[in-house]
Amino acid sequence: MSQQPMSRESIEKKPRTRDADDVVVSVCPYCAVGCSQLVYVKDRRITDVEGNPDSPINEGTLCPKGASTYRYLVNPNRLTSVRYRAPYSDHWEDRPLDWAMDRIAQRIKETRDASFVERTADGKLANQTTAIATLGGATMDIEENYLIKKLFSGGLGVVSIENQARI
Amino acid sequence: MGSNMAENHPVGFRWPMKARERGATIIHVDPRFSRTSAAANLYVPIRSGSDIAFLGGLINYVLSRDLWFHEYVLAYTNASSIINEQYVDAEENGGIFSGYDPKSGSYDNASWAYAGPPQEANEDAAAHSGHGMEGTSPAKHQPARDETLQHPRSVFQILKRHYARYTPEMVEQVCGTPKDLFLQVADVLVKNSGRERTSAICYAVGWTQQSYGAQIIRAAGILQLLLGNMGRPGGGIMALRGHASIQGSTDVPTLFDLLPGYLPHPSVIKGDDTLEKYMRESAVRGGYWSNLPKFMVSLLKAWYGDAATKDNEYGYQWIPKLTGDHSHVTTSAAMADGEVKGFIVFGQNPANGSPNGGLQRKALTQLDWLVAVDLYETETAAFWYAAPEGWKPSDIKTEIFLLPTAGPAEKDGTFTNTQRLLQFHDKAVDPPGDARSDLWLVYHLGRRLKALYRDSTRPQDQGLRHLTWDYLPERTDRRWRIRDEPSAEAVLKEMNGSTVADRKLVADFAALKDDGSTACGVWIYSGVYPDEGKNMARRRVKGDGWVSSEWGFSWPANRRMLYNRASTDPQGKPWSERKKYIWWDPAQGKWTGFDRPDFPETKAPDTPPKADGTGVDLHSGSDPFTLKADGRGWLFAPSGLKDGPLPTHYEPLESPLRNALYPRQDSPVAKRFPRKDNPISPPGDAEYPYIVTTYRVTEQYTSGVMSRWVGWLSELMPEMFAEISPELAAEKGIENMDWIVVSSRRSQIECRALVTQRMRPFRHNGRVIHEIGLPYHWGYKGLVTGAMANDLVPLSEEPNVYIQEDKAFTCNIRKGRLR
Repeated sequence: MSQQPMSRESIEKKPRTRDADDVVVSVCPYCAVGCSQLVYVKDRRITDVEGNPDSPINEGTLCPKGASTYRYLVNPNRLTSVRYRAPYSDHWEDRPLDWAMDRIAQRIKETRDASFVERTADGKLANQTTAIATLGGATMDIEENYLIKKLFSGGLGVVSIENQARI
Repeated sequence: MGSNMAENHPVGFRWPMKARERGATIIHVDPRFSRTSAAANLYVPIRSGSDIAFLGGLINYVLSRDLWFHEYVLAYTNASSIINEQYVDAEENGGIFSGYDPKSGSYDNASWAYAGPPQEANEDAAAHSGHGMEGTSPAKHQPARDETLQHPRSVFQILKRHYARYTPEMVEQVCGTPKDLFLQVADVLVKNSGRERTSAICYAVGWTQQSYGAQIIRAAGILQLLLGNMGRPGGGIMALRGHASIQGSTDVPTLFDLLPGYLPHPSVIKGDDTLEKYMRESAVRGGYWSNLPKFMVSLLKAWYGDAATKDNEYGYQWIPKLTGDHSHVTTSAAMADGEVKGFIVFGQNPANGSPNGGLQRKALTQLDWLVAVDLYETETAAFWYAAPEGWKPSDIKTEIFLLPTAGPAEKDGTFTNTQRLLQFHDKAVDPPGDARSDLWLVYHLGRRLKALYRDSTRPQDQGLRHLTWDYLPERTDRRWRIRDEPSAEAVLKEMNGSTVADRKLVADFAALKDDGSTACGVWIYSGVYPDEGKNMARRRVKGDGWVSSEWGFSWPANRRMLYNRASTDPQGKPWSERKKYIWWDPAQGKWTGFDRPDFPETKAPDTPPKADGTGVDLHSGSDPFTLKADGRGWLFAPSGLKDGPLPTHYEPLESPLRNALYPRQDSPVAKRFPRKDNPISPPGDAEYPYIVTTYRVTEQYTSGVMSRWVGWLSELMPEMFAEISPELAAEKGIENMDWIVVSSRRSQIECRALVTQRMRPFRHNGRVIHEIGLPYHWGYKGLVTGAMANDLVPLSEEPNVYIQEDKAFTCNIRKGRLR
């Protein structure tokens, strides 16, 4: 086979995965097939996300969405600060994370304390509130879902704890 | 069926494609000719909403021509069990089973039970709802049986009578499927089932998002049991789920009606006043669910630690009790009525992702406060200024917090995929700026709330005060900028479980006790972290091309195939050499094989049932379905379902057609929401004559938050469209790419027409019925925006699992624009 002519530029081109500092094993964030991914890191930044050839599920392949994971993670449109909208306000404001966390905890407590039902009208123990609801979890880790259920159900008495499995 | 696997699970679809290369036949039964149809050997059109008629037709074909797998069915199913004298089948009663109360619109299922000796304890868990139903059944443990299958009240004879009218001609009439195509499907299935061969059925939300979704899956279960395709390699029914860890969020779960590991959630309605009562009514004497008290007490010990003692029912009263239906759909309606004050949304987007989008968005305006957690700004967070309703922000009271969060590569954690496989992902980088993992957000919120309630003496606050909440790692990881990140592995270990006295991790759920000496957060996950430093979900041994047991961890107990005892004959020998999977090894006196046996390891095939025993001891050595009270696969469901013991064809809540099989038009127990903002078309509504179904495309994802902010994907699939057939387009004077308005009783939207032969009109008794298709990915935020298909969908609930019906409802279309 004859050698194809190549420019110096072409010869010197190399994949950005080659000089990664680290390759970390991850899982695709989209559908439930569970394709394994390799996340390439250089200077503490993600430089690429590829399919993991070792996985018995995807054997290195990814679909168009999975192959776009890099752009899902490294994207100028991502939120990087807390955005707050006061009642009746017409704009978002950036707020410190700690401030928002304190304020949310306070609001949960106020609503819970004002709405908590210890017993039903016929005297049965209910220990619940229906004035607070949570939604979500199917795109998140099991550890995260577990803590949501534990805190909001077992800790606070919230009953409407739901996620995408219901739709 | 009910799935467009090539489009929505493309990498999973590699495996059916490989099977096809090796000679397998792929059949796609779907209302639309899609990417999956194009890759299948046989495409079979079916009208949306008629799946039970189709599957019932297959069941009838197999029964009436004596094509069922005799040995398998006799030994492994409840075909021979005899049903109660009071039972009346829907066939004899206009489409309604015995026990129906039209006033409450619900069934009392007492008459569906097995005939036989009376039960020894009250085990009626009929009020239990949702996914946990499987084992918590009132079924009698040792039902009367007739092994000749001739008894008129035997399950087998009831089944035969129930489906006798589901003929190929009826299938053609109801489903719009040409008879010869239906018969080809039946023939392929039967020829590829039996000792030497197996067939698998895949489904997705095309089945679940119907007002009788659970019954469609049941119908597939009946068919697969009759053909001997359950618990065997190449067989089964595969749920193709739609989110990275939706199986995990169902297991753990963030669902209202369940506690972790499919334990029913305590409820005032069921009378679960005390832990003892709850456990007595939830546990079943027969089958593996007899162990429920061990799992429940261990859960309470995991949540409340030392504060959970025998004297305070291990903190049982701190768990809230249900007082009704608290599902997402019902809660949305309550929210729209101002009954919900605070709403926290993690990575979900009800403003355009949930049914009746207009009602969903109105509900958000009624809140005092809303917390939205995501990587990008969602429609849900932006409703107050960007919703199509055009509200004035100054009229909207809702206080909103939009918190930035992390993607999987920015945190440690575990996803559970659609095969029950737990896979740990490692943190590669810190999330940007103030973005934090959801684990961080929930953990630190919990820490703050515990501080706010620290000094409370009110009984209602003691659960939170005593909640164990200790997840910060012993040493901070200096590699990362974020130093107060909780340890995902610490949470995973809590789910795995440990002994209380010495905090030693347990090997698996067999070690759990009901005396407070063990703690375990999610019993079905027990075994995922059996020893310090041994995270089984993080195992990454390259696949072996077969079972690949050392890649990740599959619950329960790393079993890759459930009920695999059924892969052998009753004597413990594989049904055939080709389909060998596990088997009984008499020399070793144990079950062995390629997978971990889903059966007591040393229980010999000839073990007789122990009549006075409990749990799986009540089953013989040849009863494979260990979670069932009687150890058998249920052709007939004597309990556990709210809408009947046998799948029965009903029309969708909205349909242009009358039910051709029964006087009863639609599911008698599906929940409608009769409200001004949720009108539903009556059957045959002339104003909305077309069927509409919703779906996804490969290049976008659900409501679009994870794809419409990504330029690459937005370029590939930039715009909302409606797929309509050339015939309908001609009738309406619509050309390809024209603007059209699609309307339903709830709302109307505008989008471009995609005129394509992928949509084909159906013929029913000479009448032409049109169906159109709508993807639902668009909204009003993101790089590309567009009309929201879910605005057209009614609120409704399937009675077992509370899912709305959006795969079959009715609409009208016209050429033109909204304004």
